[in-house]
Amino acid sequence: MAEFQVFNRTTGDHFICQEGQSVLKAMEQLGMKCVPVGCRGGGCGFCKIRVLEGDFECGKMSKVHAPPDAVEKGEVLACRIYPLTDLTIECVPLPEAALAKQTTTKPLR
Amino acid sequence: MKKGVMRPGHVQIRVLDMGDAVKHYTDLLGLIETDRDDQGRVYLKAWSEVDKFSVVLREADEPGCDFMGFKVVDEAALNQLEKDLVDYGVEVEQVPAEELKDCGRRVRFTVPSGHAFELYADKKYTGKWGVSSVNPEAWPRGLQGMKAVRFDHALFYGPELAAVYDIFVNVLGFYLAEQVLDPEGTRVAQFLTVSMKEHDVAFIHHEEKGKFHHASFFLDTWEAVLRAADLISMTDTSIDIGPTRHGLTHGQTIYFFDPSGNRNEVFCGGDYHYPDHKPITWKAEDLGKAIFYHDRVLNERFLTVLT
Repeated sequence: MAEFQVFNRTTGDHFICQEGQSVLKAMEQLGMKCVPVGCRGGGCGFCKIRVLEGDFECGKMSKVHAPPDAVEKGEVLACRIYPLTDLTIECVPLPEAALAKQTTTKPLR
Repeated sequence: MKKGVMRPGHVQIRVLDMGDAVKHYTDLLGLIETDRDDQGRVYLKAWSEVDKFSVVLREADEPGCDFMGFKVVDEAALNQLEKDLVDYGVEVEQVPAEELKDCGRRVRFTVPSGHAFELYADKKYTGKWGVSSVNPEAWPRGLQGMKAVRFDHALFYGPELAAVYDIFVNVLGFYLAEQVLDPEGTRVAQFLTVSMKEHDVAFIHHEEKGKFHHASFFLDTWEAVLRAADLISMTDTSIDIGPTRHGLTHGQTIYFFDPSGNRNEVFCGGDYHYPDHKPITWKAEDLGKAIFYHDRVLNERFLTVLT
């Protein structure tokens, strides 16, 4: 089975992704945390990344978090992309509201 | 039930891929497929429920929840509740009978948190699945996966909790069973019941309107919750957290995701509520313990990962 290198330019992390495995799953299996993990189902938008180099196949993703014009630009959800070549990716910052929730102790406000 | 709203009746969930979703809700959760319609929607029920369906799946390009429906005792109560909603200033929409197969007319309205709810009085009574109504056996054979007993409640995230409270408590006759108050006394979470259950629907404050946190299904025992956790691993299903216990409601729980990223819960236990019970309060400062009683720390996903 083929395996591909994924390089996260934002964090400097490298990891191996097996053919047919999603980028997020490969990362999680290696105990790495360089992309935020949400629902793992293409629904919540938490694991949004930008693919800078390389080819991949895409599974179904919520159009709210991965609208067609963003997908064209390589902005996809890591849980729903399957590499066909080595990939270079970068993290896409979460919306400010979500970031605030990650760092505050009053997340319900 | 003082205004005639009886119980949660159904929830319509949007999924990205119907085949994957049906497999998840039937093979893993143990719901039973009861019908499909010409829109492609799939109707499911849990075995102990007496009506034809409680979960409707609709394929869409964005996951989430379309609406949650409550069954009311009869048509007279439905008429009165509809009038009460209109008098209160809530805009109601008429959904004709049979828009959902074998379901009577529904009165739909959207509350200020951005979530759509429905009231209805009639749905085809098919009886509990796999057991007779005369000398019934303890449980049916042939159930799959987690063998979910019933669709129990849903949790929604959105703003304007006070306005939502007014509609559910003052118009629809729900009771506030539990709440989370911040240091200024603002209610940031409300668990509402129309029955003896500790909640039939719940809301947590969130700036964005109309977000869906989870649909929850009841299991009989802690052993069944552990078995559900085993099945989640066996099927490599996306897990959120658990098995653990909530502080709020004290239910024993596990959270996981359907293949489209909608969160599911299966749980057992939990407190009970009578109309003379005063609300239980959890402090927002202790939210970790309120939500996850054992860890006493929130996992960030619980608060931010929504559909």
